[in-house]
Amino acid sequence: MNATRMTILAPEGMLGYGIPVRSMAEGMKRNPDAIAVDAGSTDPGPYYLGAGVPFTNRRAFKRDLGMILDAARERRVPVLIGSAGGGGGTPHLQWTLEVYREICRERGYHFRTAVIGAEVDKGWLKQQIARGRTSPLDLDAPLTHAEVDRSVRIVAQMGYEPFMRALDMGAEVVIAGRAYDPAPIGALPMRAGFDTGLVIHMGKILECGGAAAYPRHGSDSLLGFMEEDAFVVEPPNPDKVCTVASVAAHTLYEKPDPYLLHLPGGAIDLSQTVFEQINPRQVRVTGTRWVKAPAYTLKLEGVRRAGYRTLAIAGVRDPVLISQIDAYLENIRQRVAETYPDGYRLIFHVYGRDGVMGRLEPVKEIRSHEVGLIIEVIADDPDTSAAVLALARSAGLHVTYPGRKAIAGNLAFPFSPSDIKAGEVFEFNVHHLVVVDDPLELFPIEIEET
Amino acid sequence: MRRTIGEIAAFVTSKNAGPFLLTLDIVFPDRATYERFKALKALDRVTIAGLYGIMAEDVLKIIEFDPAYAVKITMRRPLGSGALGESDVYGAQQHVPLMEHAVAWEDT
Repeated sequence: MNATRMTILAPEGMLGYGIPVRSMAEGMKRNPDAIAVDAGSTDPGPYYLGAGVPFTNRRAFKRDLGMILDAARERRVPVLIGSAGGGGGTPHLQWTLEVYREICRERGYHFRTAVIGAEVDKGWLKQQIARGRTSPLDLDAPLTHAEVDRSVRIVAQMGYEPFMRALDMGAEVVIAGRAYDPAPIGALPMRAGFDTGLVIHMGKILECGGAAAYPRHGSDSLLGFMEEDAFVVEPPNPDKVCTVASVAAHTLYEKPDPYLLHLPGGAIDLSQTVFEQINPRQVRVTGTRWVKAPAYTLKLEGVRRAGYRTLAIAGVRDPVLISQIDAYLENIRQRVAETYPDGYRLIFHVYGRDGVMGRLEPVKEIRSHEVGLIIEVIADDPDTSAAVLALARSAGLHVTYPGRKAIAGNLAFPFSPSDIKAGEVFEFNVHHLVVVDDPLELFPIEIEET
Repeated sequence: MRRTIGEIAAFVTSKNAGPFLLTLDIVFPDRATYERFKALKALDRVTIAGLYGIMAEDVLKIIEFDPAYAVKITMRRPLGSGALGESDVYGAQQHVPLMEHAVAWEDT
């Protein structure tokens, strides 16, 4: 190992959510060896991967990336970005590069840049299915050729190896497609030979930026100090602290099992992990162990088209109608079916009843004096979707029901026009693992000089 | 007497763990409260399934995580995040039945 201590700055948990200026400045005063940030997630849902668009705002993204490049330029430290553009597919990578090149052009910056793709070729994936190399994750259904064909886009989460290779190639800035969130953060210390389990665990904490510090509000930065047999985390924001509770609680976050966290090539085991408060603002972590898997697996994420959505938002105040809302909605459904027997999905979201929790909602009766209604139609083409929604909306306004006093109309629409075309709809359909022989084989690395 | 988990814990949250799982975290304010809660053995798969109206086998894990004074529950989502008819893309508002669940608890 070349170094005995290495410092990584994660300026924020999601590139484009807003880096606090003071946190960035304080973080850079600690002379980080790299600036690394995660830029993606499946959390905002399937749309962004399918449509090939980012879920962050371009102006906000450019502002944050500009701050990072300014700091990197001044201190000559590498920048590593994972899951570019949110979904981490080819269009997301291109969008990120377009903003990146614009900043470099405007500010006269020149970086040796590695660009790493993460989209999966469907033909290759079908070969892996045939070889029995894929398996379901959190779902029961195995991956099929038909489902691969139905997918609009499939990405694989890269591990540490592509980032390390890019650094070997002399990259000063690494912009990667879909990646295991902690991989960009840990690539430099992993390459320097620090303990694998601890490097991964530090990345798990830093990938959400300041989320592991209290008070937990707003997008913020986090520093990680990698040592030989421990790592230390600290928020650069002087108003925040890392506590054993804040760091340990973050280990739980968004994970099905906090004792065993899986990643490409293996898992980290936290059963022997110790979190220690070494001063009021810093927590030291030891004992996390790397468990190498017998086969190197990558996580696949893919989405398929589900149609086009049109929706209308309305409110109901009439107590007679609210008392029989189920029958009323069924009546609308039947009226629509008389004209359009099939070829669409008509969905009612009833806020005030189970609009938030759906079938998980234990409260079965409506306790409110008003309810919110979203009428949603999804059909294979936008015109059918709009036509069915228009009929459902007008039927909703005018169908009668027993005891009706308000014969002029059943719904209060807050907006004109009432019908909103919400565009294409996607659903996650690939959430599987694939075994690979080479951690690099799916992730082409290209070098460009900006 | 009885207290709700929301009254006893510092945090009760829900969130996606990937698009097809929902994970609920109960984080207690200190070790003593956490140890008292653990000793109750108040949460099992059948209890959680009852709170959410799901099958016990869809409650995948109930894990006590000592370093964070936390109990984590992971369940299958009835519908994947963003699937047609689904209502909470981030899974961030599914915590209330757990938060309002009352257990035997004497105030000290």
